[in-house]
Amino acid sequence: MGISRRLFIRNSVATVTIGLAAPDFLTAIAQAQGNPSRRLVVIYLGGGNDALNTLIPYQDQSYYSRRPTIAVPAGQVLQVGSDTGGRALGLHPRMGGLRNIFNEGRLALVQRSGYPNSSRSHFEATDIWGTANPQTSSGSGWLGRYLDTLPRPLDALTAWNTSGETPRALLSGTTGVPAIPNATTYIYASPNRGSAAAEERTAAQAMASNPAAGRPHLAFVNSTSRGAIETLDRVAQATSYTPSVVYPNNGFGLSLRTVAGAIVRGVGSRVFWVQTGGFDTHSQQGGPGGAYGNLMGTLSDGVSAFYTDVRNQGLANDTTVVVFSEFGRRISENGSGGTDHGAAGLMLVLGGMVRGGLYGTAASLAPGSPSLENNSGDVRYETDFRSVYARLLDQWLGVNSVPILNGDFRAGAPAIF
Amino acid sequence: MAQINPDIDHLLRRAGFGMSPADADTFGDMSTTAAVAHLVDYEGRPDDVDARIGRPDHAQVSSRDLFSPDIDIDDARQRWMFRMVHSRRPLQERMAMFWHNHFATAYSKLVADSGALQATKMLAAKPGVLRGPQGQLELFRQYALGNYRDLLLEVAQDPAMLVWLDGKTNTRAKPQENFGREVMELFTVGVGNYTESDVYAAARVFTGWNLRKSEGYSREDMNAYQEFVYNASEHETSAKTFSFRIYGNGSQTIAARSESAGMQDGIDLITALAVHPETARRMARKLWSFFVSEIHPPDAGFVESTAAVYLSNGTEMRPVVRHILTSPWFNNPAMRYARYSWPAEFVARAIKEVGWQGFSLDKVRTPLANMGMLLFEPPNVGGWPPGANWFSTGTMLARSNFAATLAASQKETLAVSLEPDARTPQALLAAMVDRLRPAPFDTAPQQAMLSYLLAGGAWTGSAEQLNTRAAGLARLLVASSEYQFV
Repeated sequence: MGISRRLFIRNSVATVTIGLAAPDFLTAIAQAQGNPSRRLVVIYLGGGNDALNTLIPYQDQSYYSRRPTIAVPAGQVLQVGSDTGGRALGLHPRMGGLRNIFNEGRLALVQRSGYPNSSRSHFEATDIWGTANPQTSSGSGWLGRYLDTLPRPLDALTAWNTSGETPRALLSGTTGVPAIPNATTYIYASPNRGSAAAEERTAAQAMASNPAAGRPHLAFVNSTSRGAIETLDRVAQATSYTPSVVYPNNGFGLSLRTVAGAIVRGVGSRVFWVQTGGFDTHSQQGGPGGAYGNLMGTLSDGVSAFYTDVRNQGLANDTTVVVFSEFGRRISENGSGGTDHGAAGLMLVLGGMVRGGLYGTAASLAPGSPSLENNSGDVRYETDFRSVYARLLDQWLGVNSVPILNGDFRAGAPAIF
Repeated sequence: MAQINPDIDHLLRRAGFGMSPADADTFGDMSTTAAVAHLVDYEGRPDDVDARIGRPDHAQVSSRDLFSPDIDIDDARQRWMFRMVHSRRPLQERMAMFWHNHFATAYSKLVADSGALQATKMLAAKPGVLRGPQGQLELFRQYALGNYRDLLLEVAQDPAMLVWLDGKTNTRAKPQENFGREVMELFTVGVGNYTESDVYAAARVFTGWNLRKSEGYSREDMNAYQEFVYNASEHETSAKTFSFRIYGNGSQTIAARSESAGMQDGIDLITALAVHPETARRMARKLWSFFVSEIHPPDAGFVESTAAVYLSNGTEMRPVVRHILTSPWFNNPAMRYARYSWPAEFVARAIKEVGWQGFSLDKVRTPLANMGMLLFEPPNVGGWPPGANWFSTGTMLARSNFAATLAASQKETLAVSLEPDARTPQALLAAMVDRLRPAPFDTAPQQAMLSYLLAGGAWTGSAEQLNTRAAGLARLLVASSEYQFV
């Protein structure tokens, strides 16, 4: 995994610098690029989210018999009705915020999303969701290829990654995406003050602007350095934003708060990447409470604060959020009160223009059921995750999904817009 | 300072953490062969680094109260940084970093399981200080250039690993797949060389490899501990068949064994995985990236020869690393500056080369986290994604701002030590480049640095001018892209 990613970057660094335009053009370019008002916020739940405890088939007796200590009691789920297969479903009790958005008709729950022969390796599976190709976990990502379709020169903040590392989904041949893990420390420090510090920053920018002809790896590092210096001032605008709601005081909440600031302050980013970890719940995950309850609380409280905030600012109709994880987990709990790596998962899509509701059908968890695989150990996928990507690209971002996804996945896509 | 042999300079950036001015004197007259032996056969060097913590003329450590690196994770982080900067056995610390990334185990999960004190002990306790087994990092230091099969066997019984990958709850009734999967995917053969049914079989192999608590265990008691136990009654005794060879006779099946003899299952599997040809090749490729280059793909001749040294020496790592450091691939001048420095090695090297007078290693923790490499907190069991992945706008800014913090702390010492070279801006720049030895600069960045030195007015070399501009120049150099390569 690591080597192939490195190789890809190595091959692409020669061209990555052209994605970063000179600072004088930034605002004009940001405004000129088509319809810049629609944003996509992509949230990755790292570790493999236990979808069966996110959206709970609370009338399936096998759910309770196979999860004797971690099942959420039927009386505690937040009911969201029944799917087209007639299965009654409820959200985890810590997901009150998201249930409200569901009740407003703005949260789509895409059940059993995945692909055939799901990888059970975190790294391979995460890369597959990034490349949007189950056959390869190396090469560029679907969002990176989307960014490559936008007219050049591209504004340096066209995409905004709130994690420190660039995820494969954002890797591209020609577009560098700034990583801004902590917007409050996204500043330029100097051992000196006043004019000496300003002169030093000028020199640093000049050094990083060296094209480094014939030295692509140096040029790549220069591009990160220059990208930082050129985006400092606009990032500061986003962090000075005062939100209309109180965000949870955790890393995920603060990332979403920064994203809201960037949206409200009109920074011009089309794609935001946010991630939160801890979903690899092999042991002691708990049922309604415990570790998994805290994960659901973090997710629901953060996302609902974000949604409420952008709605208060009149921007909900310009914002779509999609949530995914690299795989779901085993149906039966293990001996450690946790769950091991499984197959199909749950995608969540929400926003002011999203057609909310339950999409797809829940699996029957009884051993032998055709909606299971791996000797009935895991949930079999029903909706190809790439059809959701296709819908987001075609219907939301307004580009042709076929070349970006290297295939036509529009048929059978859930009608979330 | 003696003129530095570029081969030794390269060697110390790769097998050490760069060169302080004192290192430059030590290695100044040494042949490259002698320098390799000096680093690889490090048992000949004093193991005195921890005893020098708190001494003058060293980087400082600071703590809210008593410095307690066996039970406080922030102090453990400072101790490790101190070792990287000051050890007389730098290759041992580098290999410890390699193993920490290879067997990536994160403090936060251990805290959730056992509390902060026990979590620190499991990761960092030095042997002989408190009761209980040594911490995982000490295991990596002990086996830094030791036998890989033995290290793997120790890791399978390491309390931190047994919590991290849930082996402590791997029982007969409920085999736990986490360690069984990762021992193949990440620690040995890699994806594509095992099947899902191998994962189930491996989980069963390690049933009963659990933990037991010391008598009267309390997580707040610094002398309480957890240690490995083979719980015979929790071992699943039936035969386990794999898709690859387990025994020298070609057999792929670990035969059914009695409960009391069942621990041998795990020893057999670990031995088979350690000597698997794909493990040898995978290790060779990882070591290529760690020692030789991250911008050239592993050379096939390198992989085959390194794998052969590994296998023919019974998985001993010292001959493997010696082979690498003396190989034509490593010593090819094209491989100089062909690796992206990891944040911890960038920080250690910058401190060694810029200076540490009055600098506390406590100031390193937050910058390292912002650079993406908080020690003892890898992002997941796969370790940190190295190479170009270390670099993004945010992490580069964190490196740059650490350079500012370090340069600010060394203003006076830089001004004093560079005063003899400060007659012209060109001489000052040349002296600073000699001291830090980044990858070669093109003309444009050199011009930018000279312009910076002259931006405040005509160069006089006054103490005040030197005080400001030497620190600013050190910051520009350490934050330059050229300095990020080793």
